[in-house]
Amino acid sequence: MTTSPAPDPWLSWSYVQANWGDLTTALEQHVSLTVQAVAIALALALPLAVLVHGHPRWTAVVLGVTGVMYTVPSLALFAMLAPFTGIGRTTVLIGLVAYALLVLVRNVVVGLQGVDPGVVDAARGLGMGRVRTLLTVELPNALPAVVAGLRLATVTTVALVTIGVVVGFGGLGQLMFRGFQSGYRAEVVTATLLTVLVALVADLVLLALGRALTPWQRAVRT
Amino acid sequence: MTGSVLEDAFVWLNDPLSWTGPRGVLALAREHLAMAAAAVAIAAAVSLPLGAVLARARRGGGAVVVVANVTRAVPTFALLLIFATTAVGFGNRPTVIAAAVFAVPPILTNTWTALRSVDHGVREAAAGMGMSRWRSLVGVELPLAFPLIAAGLRTAAVQVVATIPLAALVGGGGLGVLVVTGLATRRFGEVLAGGLLVAALCLLTEAVLAALQRAVTPRGLRPVRVRGAAQAPGAPRS
Repeated sequence: MTTSPAPDPWLSWSYVQANWGDLTTALEQHVSLTVQAVAIALALALPLAVLVHGHPRWTAVVLGVTGVMYTVPSLALFAMLAPFTGIGRTTVLIGLVAYALLVLVRNVVVGLQGVDPGVVDAARGLGMGRVRTLLTVELPNALPAVVAGLRLATVTTVALVTIGVVVGFGGLGQLMFRGFQSGYRAEVVTATLLTVLVALVADLVLLALGRALTPWQRAVRT
Repeated sequence: MTGSVLEDAFVWLNDPLSWTGPRGVLALAREHLAMAAAAVAIAAAVSLPLGAVLARARRGGGAVVVVANVTRAVPTFALLLIFATTAVGFGNRPTVIAAAVFAVPPILTNTWTALRSVDHGVREAAAGMGMSRWRSLVGVELPLAFPLIAAGLRTAAVQVVATIPLAALVGGGGLGVLVVTGLATRRFGEVLAGGLLVAALCLLTEAVLAALQRAVTPRGLRPVRVRGAAQAPGAPRS
């Protein structure tokens, strides 16, 4: 007598129905971690970039250090943080903020560097002070680079949250890992698709936001 | 607690028994690098010829860039787990394959960009000298495109070395084992030591490859700052 193996479909609607609660909880955790991490990182990155902007030596240091730190894998970072910040949400959040910060600082610095010097000169010629030039001329001009950095940081963060499983806070990654451990493909695939969906939706939202914030760019293109 | 963890890590790293033996640091590091080498080799074998063909075809190039960007949204971890639940089985193999998949975009886009940006006049001169397409590619275009291609390979290799630690989550080897078993047994000194070792290996890889890339770039091409321009600014994280 042979027993046929239990069915192990790639996708199953009954899985989604039966685990709706788990899915929404994981999704909520995933999204909240992403939003929080990117928001904190942006709040830190803007002043930091402004601070080093205009000091070529500091800029070189910041770009060098962020480049090197970006090579450290998240698993290693979580491992180095966990003994000090414990196992849980804080550790994941700190790690995510760190990586998003690296991406954002680079992009804001490069964006500010790319502002046409003639435009800055014109602002000075109009009698604007340094702070006013920064706020009304340089930052708006650097906005496309900032938004590009935000998009990159957000998509990266969405994917990175999944590694949070090593400290038990991986959002949808938690479901992927549970599905893997119990050999249930539908759970792995559903969580993966949701993660990709979150990344794509976030990217589109930021794209739209960037367009709305830089109406002059659209005018040029048409 | 904080102080004792640092101490534990220090003691663990200073224990010769942590370094030797079948599950010692040296053996795990060797396994780690072997897996990374396999992944980069697979990715290069697929994407170098593909990049060359696509650059010749003058079509489908846009698709390459789009696909490369989309892969960023797929977590490496997810792909790894999906492979692990199939016939690939778990352990090292799914990790190597997943790492190879994510190493394709940087190599492919750089190869494609590099070959596309070879001066048209140079290509015509090669044809005018009677070179066949193949000889022009191997003798003229590839050497000129080499710095960018090397930059892509380097980005991919560093990224792969950083991805391999995930193997430990699906029962594989490599240095990630130290972190994962340490967390499971709540030996935080070992976790910290493992994290430091993984980070050190990645930084070392980056440094060695940077030096290597400089060494193999023809002197005439060196002053061009290849790195900043070539590196995909957001190679997927893992």
